[in-house]
Amino acid sequence: MEPQLANAAYLGSIILFILALGGLSNQETARRGNFYGMLGMAIALAAAIAGVTGNYALLVGMLVVGGAVGFVLARRVQMTQMPELVAILHSLVGMAAVLVGFATFLGGDGESAHGAHGNLSAAEKAAEKLIHDIEIYVGILIGAVTFSGSVIAFGKLSGKIGGKPLTLPARHWLNLGLLVLAVIFGVMFVEQAKAQGGGLMPLLVMTAIALVFGIHMVMAIGGADMPVVVSMLNSYSGWAAAATGFMLGNSLLIVVGALVGSSGAILSYIMCQAMNRKFLSVIAGGFGSGGGGAPKGGEGEQGEVVSVNEEETAGLLEAAKEVMIIPGYGMAVAQAQHTVNEIVKSLKAKGVKVRFGIHPVAGRMPGHMNVLLAEAKVPYDIVFEMEEINEDFPDVDVSVVIGANDIVNPSALEEPDSPIAGMPVLECWKGSTTIVLKRSMATGYAGVENPLFFKENTRMLFGDARESLEGVLKSLDS
Amino acid sequence: MVPPSGVWVAGTSEKMQIGIPNEIYEGECRVATTPEVAQHLQKLGFTVAVESGAGDSASFPDQSYREAGVEVIDDRDALWSSSDIIFKVRAPEEEEIGLLAPGKILASFIWPAQNEGLMKKLAATGGTVLAMDSVPRISRAQKLDALSSMANIAGYRAVVEAAQHFGRFFTGQITAAGKVPPAKVLVIGAGVAGLAAIGAARSMGAIVRAFDTRPEVKEQVESMDAEFLMLDFEDDEDGAGEGGYAKVMSEAFIKAEMDLFREQAKEVDIIITTALIPGKPAPKLILADMVELMKEGSVIVDLATEQGGNCELSEPGKVVVKHGVSLIGYTDLPSRLAAQSSQLYGTNLRHLLTDLSPEKNGTVDVNMEDEVIRGATVIKDGEITWPPPAPKLSAAPKPKPEAEESPVVPREPVAAKRSVMGFLIPLLLAGGALVGVGSFAPASFMEHFTVFVLACFVGYMVIWNVTPALHTPLMSVTNAISSIIIIGAIVQFEHADVGPAIMWLAAVAILITAVNIVGGFAVTHRMLEMFRKD
Repeated sequence: MEPQLANAAYLGSIILFILALGGLSNQETARRGNFYGMLGMAIALAAAIAGVTGNYALLVGMLVVGGAVGFVLARRVQMTQMPELVAILHSLVGMAAVLVGFATFLGGDGESAHGAHGNLSAAEKAAEKLIHDIEIYVGILIGAVTFSGSVIAFGKLSGKIGGKPLTLPARHWLNLGLLVLAVIFGVMFVEQAKAQGGGLMPLLVMTAIALVFGIHMVMAIGGADMPVVVSMLNSYSGWAAAATGFMLGNSLLIVVGALVGSSGAILSYIMCQAMNRKFLSVIAGGFGSGGGGAPKGGEGEQGEVVSVNEEETAGLLEAAKEVMIIPGYGMAVAQAQHTVNEIVKSLKAKGVKVRFGIHPVAGRMPGHMNVLLAEAKVPYDIVFEMEEINEDFPDVDVSVVIGANDIVNPSALEEPDSPIAGMPVLECWKGSTTIVLKRSMATGYAGVENPLFFKENTRMLFGDARESLEGVLKSLDS
Repeated sequence: MVPPSGVWVAGTSEKMQIGIPNEIYEGECRVATTPEVAQHLQKLGFTVAVESGAGDSASFPDQSYREAGVEVIDDRDALWSSSDIIFKVRAPEEEEIGLLAPGKILASFIWPAQNEGLMKKLAATGGTVLAMDSVPRISRAQKLDALSSMANIAGYRAVVEAAQHFGRFFTGQITAAGKVPPAKVLVIGAGVAGLAAIGAARSMGAIVRAFDTRPEVKEQVESMDAEFLMLDFEDDEDGAGEGGYAKVMSEAFIKAEMDLFREQAKEVDIIITTALIPGKPAPKLILADMVELMKEGSVIVDLATEQGGNCELSEPGKVVVKHGVSLIGYTDLPSRLAAQSSQLYGTNLRHLLTDLSPEKNGTVDVNMEDEVIRGATVIKDGEITWPPPAPKLSAAPKPKPEAEESPVVPREPVAAKRSVMGFLIPLLLAGGALVGVGSFAPASFMEHFTVFVLACFVGYMVIWNVTPALHTPLMSVTNAISSIIIIGAIVQFEHADVGPAIMWLAAVAILITAVNIVGGFAVTHRMLEMFRKD
């Protein structure tokens, strides 16, 4: 295929990818957006495959097998497992970046990648070569960090690795040391690569260092910060693709990588904002265990916790005009979203106005709660973001908090020295009554005592969220 | 400060008796304890005695007290002398003061700030006095906040009185005989009484408007289905608003407020005023000319006549008709709903006693370490303990609103300052970096770099438009398209002479990115299919 034709095809798929992301701006256009994305990918693949001269069997075989695996994965995955799936898919992108990096390196003459440049001076050629080597090095570095980081994130999200942050002594120095090592080996690599085929050793060592770095970075981050980590890895997988694009001199990869990279970066930023935390301090790790800010327990007048049972909860809900449901990760864990939807239907039939209030960091990845509720067939026009409904709480008769804690903690606003001070929270206590579904009086991920539970207008419904809600549903229907 | 608790318990190992005398203030119909409350008091371990006829005017005859296990004593003096604790509504009259004695506790409204003479006389008796009006206003003490209970009743009763003197329906009706427009009610001051008035007037079907100088009560007013009147006043004062908010307010505010009331006076049928400023005479809000502006047959209920009145023309304790408008100035609105007020007031007293008797053993301990009890105790064993020292907790509600704002307010100026520097520095850095790159990098790299930076910008613009509800699909779809890296693997096959190592590296890369592409798009599709409207 003519290179111009291939480039035209790539341009077409770039535009389609941008349209795909643009389509996600609302639910109506999102499906069309996804279709654009698929189309863009198909065009790009077709253009690339048209340029291939041999080994068709291997190529097609790999595509079909991989595609089939991906399809089955996508069909089988539970919506509560979405964060894990996304994390493991990120790791594949990172892995691919590493593999392509090595293949390019072994392929040797980088010049061909940078297009035609017949009559360049020796100095210019040397500069090209230097840049190309750095591109390979950086591409593999980012790919390896993405890979190992995502694998650890997957382990944490699926519970295979404990959610607690691993805080090694002097971990910041360790990170810094690894970074310095990576730079030293980078210099060695560039020196050795001047000779044809040299530099494999430093490249391999650096890959190992990058893998360790990725593992250590994610291990140090606690469960509550997972939304940030997942979006950060999303961003990295984009940068890895962009770096590969630089390496190969392919604009399509650069553009797509940059799109994905900035998307992930923005998501990380939004998540950090929602927790009122600095991105760097999340990455530095150690939060989420309560180890950092000592939890302040039992200070001042805590008052008493008033607990209710399922029938009383049903009574409160039936008597209400406005109900706000605030789901948290606990709802996902208990798989209670379907029961929630049944309750919503039952209440709507009784003329109660029900809405959902979603905190940006509820769940384990951005938008996780929305997906869970959508899965349970909750219509999305009654699901609102925190910013949209936080003003409305004074009019709410009953707020139901399901398996959430820190995102409804009034001390974020009221206690300036609380570890979560300044974090925007759903102000459910401003409504007439709040019902909190909880297993026990344990604190949330931030390890902060929640004064909401002791407020006069708060009622606690203890027990497994799904069982409790099924009880509530039964009383509603009887 | 802490008395040995033995002081109270010694010699009274028996259950303490609570005495409820007849209210002797002219026209007072309330009684400090109802039969129902008395039953609860007995559960706390106390015995209860009531003066004969005390509950008559609140519709609680002696017999109903007897049925609740309360002793009925005919003689007032005998009741006072046999009781350890006296519950009253009104502050004691001259002839009652002498009946208080050392070791006895009196709980009633006192108003220590206004009644210095009374306080001295009470102290001279050597007894202990708890003032229900001095209970600190903290959340724990809400259940014994008798002022709120009474204000609530006064607000309700104000509407009932207004209806009594108003010649029309409250609610609008279309009848066979013609259309009746709904009454329009203006409530000034949306405190406890004001909100109760709003609720009562709304449920009778009137159109209710409310005004308060505190904009934060707007939501409460609107939650009760009433219209909150705003002053159109910010427009003029906008720029100066930030620094001297209160100062600018006070001058222009009152004028705007008066204009608003004058405007409303022409329209509304009933005005209920509940505006009070603690420790100061009530503000004059309805001036004589506004009363003149009102329609014939309109009604004004002034709940503040005891403190001087919100209306210039109203008279305390009376109903007067001026310019065709009935001006109701009753000061005894709670007493006019005696059964209800007695019930609520009695419950407030019961909660006070619960706090005083944590052991529930029929004895009390005036624990001066307890903020609520400390605040309510104005005389302890003949010693005036009013005003209480600034309690630890009563300070808490005050800074709260500030604390709520503080994370927001101080941040803005800082952000504003930073934004200039924060804008310039990265710009300079980025410019420098670009110059650096441009002067050293070869042309082909610059091309790619340009594409890269532009793509970052496009990504930035596009992603901010994504609705937060779709962040998970966004991640899965970006994940799928970042597998565009597959192109990098496929082009490895272009080299005619690929060695097996490269070929297999590329093949594995193709395999895993294919998983990613199909998996990513398929799961995104699956998720998006689930987002449904009703």
